[in-house]
This record gives sequence, C-alpha cells and structure tokens, in this order.
Amino acid sequence: MSVWAAVVLAGLGCYLLKLAGLSVPARVLDRPAVARVADLIPVALLSALVAVQVTADGQALVADARLLGLGAAVVLLLLRAPFLVVVFGSALVAALARLLA
Amino acid sequence: MTGTLDPAERSGIVRDGVGVGIATGVYGTSFGAVSVAAGLDAWQTCALSLLMFTGASQFALVGVLASGGAPLSGALTALLLGTRNTLYGLRLAPLLGWTGWRRAAAAHLVIDESTAMSVTRRDRTAARLGFGVTGGSVFVLWNLATLVGAVAGSVIGDPRDYGLDAAVGGAFLALLWPRLDTTRNRVVAVAAAAVALGAVPLTAAGVPVLVAGGVALLVGALGARTQVER
Repeated sequence: MSVWAAVVLAGLGCYLLKLAGLSVPARVLDRPAVARVADLIPVALLSALVAVQVTADGQALVADARLLGLGAAVVLLLLRAPFLVVVFGSALVAALARLLA
Repeated sequence: MTGTLDPAERSGIVRDGVGVGIATGVYGTSFGAVSVAAGLDAWQTCALSLLMFTGASQFALVGVLASGGAPLSGALTALLLGTRNTLYGLRLAPLLGWTGWRRAAAAHLVIDESTAMSVTRRDRTAARLGFGVTGGSVFVLWNLATLVGAVAGSVIGDPRDYGLDAAVGGAFLALLWPRLDTTRNRVVAVAAAAVALGAVPLTAAGVPVLVAGGVALLVGALGARTQVER
C-alpha cells in the first residue's frame, strides 16, 4: 500500500465511520460493552503511540532527546498549558537537548 | 424540539463555536509540520486534513509512518481511532435530526469539538447551530493551518534539529491526557504502553500500536463479563 492509498482509503474510512454513527439506529451500537471498548480504544492507542513515538528507533528501544521532550510535555500538561504550547514546548526542549549534546 | 433562538443566545453559541474553531484550528500548524517531518509531502498532508478531518487519526497515521511503519499499519491505526466518531454520531443523530444530503455533509464534521459544542444544547435549533458553527470553523481553520504548517515544515530543513519528532509524542500525550480521568483508563494506558514497547523488538514498525489496541478490546470485553465499572 502506498502512502497516497493509505491517505485516501483511511480518509474515506474515517468519513464512513462518522456517517455510520449518524445513520444506524442507536440500539445497534449503543450497548455497554461497545461503549466501553470505544472509550478504551483511544486511551490504549494514544498511550501506545506516545510510548513508541518517543523510544522506538526502528526495532530498537532508545533513550534520547525525545524522552526529555516528553518530560517537558508532562510538566506543561500538569501546568494546564494549552495543546499548542505542549506540542511546541516538547519540540523546543528536544531541540535544545540536541543542540547542547 | 425545533425552536427559535433569541439574538443573545444565538450570538453566544456562534461566539463559542468560533472560539473553539480558532483554538483547535491553530494546532493544525503542528499537524502540518509533524506530517512533513514524518516524510509525507505537503499535498498528502493537506489531503489528510481535508479527507480524514479528525486530528487524532491524522496524527496516528503520520506517527506510524514516522516510526517506519507500513502505510497499512498507519491506516488501520487511524481507522481504529476514528471509531469514537461513530459513537459521537450515535449521540448526535437524534439531536440534529438531519437526513439525506444534509446528514451526509454533517457527517464530515463529526469530531470531538463539534460534538462537545452541540450535545449540551437544550433544543435542536441550538444544537444544529453549535454543531455547524463549531464544525465549520474548525474545518476551515484546521485546513488553512495544516497548509501553513506543511509549507513551513518543508522549508526548515532537518525536522530533528527542531525537535519535531519529539513534538509528535507531545501531541499524542496531550490528546491522551484528558482521558486519564479514571483508574481504569490509567491502568489501560500503562498496560497498552507496556505491551507496545514489548512488541517493538518483535514486530514490524507500526504493529506494536495495533497490538496495544488489543488491550482495549480485552479490558472492554472482560469488563462486560464481570460487570466491573470504573
């Protein structure tokens, strides 16, 4: 699958997921187990993405400037900083760490 | 359910919706920048914001590609994250009450922000206004900001010098943060991260995140059987 195919197919798929919610009768999907899984999927995927994004280098696990960037993100989130500040704050810390290394 | 809005209420809903649109739209710049840093070109980056238009899924797709994952793994991760919009749609459908082409158009705007700004309204007229204004302003500003971020990201050279690879992790954590409000969610988050890290040396890039998604399915299913809540 090419990058373009992934962009177009996943984009179309995400639209159809939205349309399905507006279109199917509520009772089909509105069950406790479904709601619970739907609530947990973003938690599990986002957490896994954080972990992999900051420590994986190919198939190796490494500790580098990205980990410091994540630390900065944690501090900023605890300080209730807005999204954009968190994102660019973690970039800034990682960039500075690389500059000084 | 359909009613008329007094001018003060109407302008309040519009102001809130545009405010959310500006706040959310602006961080499209970070998506644009990290997407080109991940190796997508500016066209692919803008196509993602136009076609997919759901931030977490977009970040997921480019994040998986950035870590060397296959496009298929990226697409599957994006789709899994997109399933929560289906649940939003279920809640919105009776409230908005649109059919035909209006429903098809509205579906594209079903995202976290437009849902949040409409499910709390007291009647259909207010809900439709909140949904339309919020969804519409996020869509316009998110796509403009994506273009700005993608162009800026394309001209600055090695994205690592600017820490943009670390910014992706920060973005995911910021998206995750408000969901860590229950013990169950925190346990699932830690378990998913551990499973993903354990899978990194064993599987192709992109797969560990999908494997971690299995943790959510497992906990959700087991929770259903034992009736453990929160």
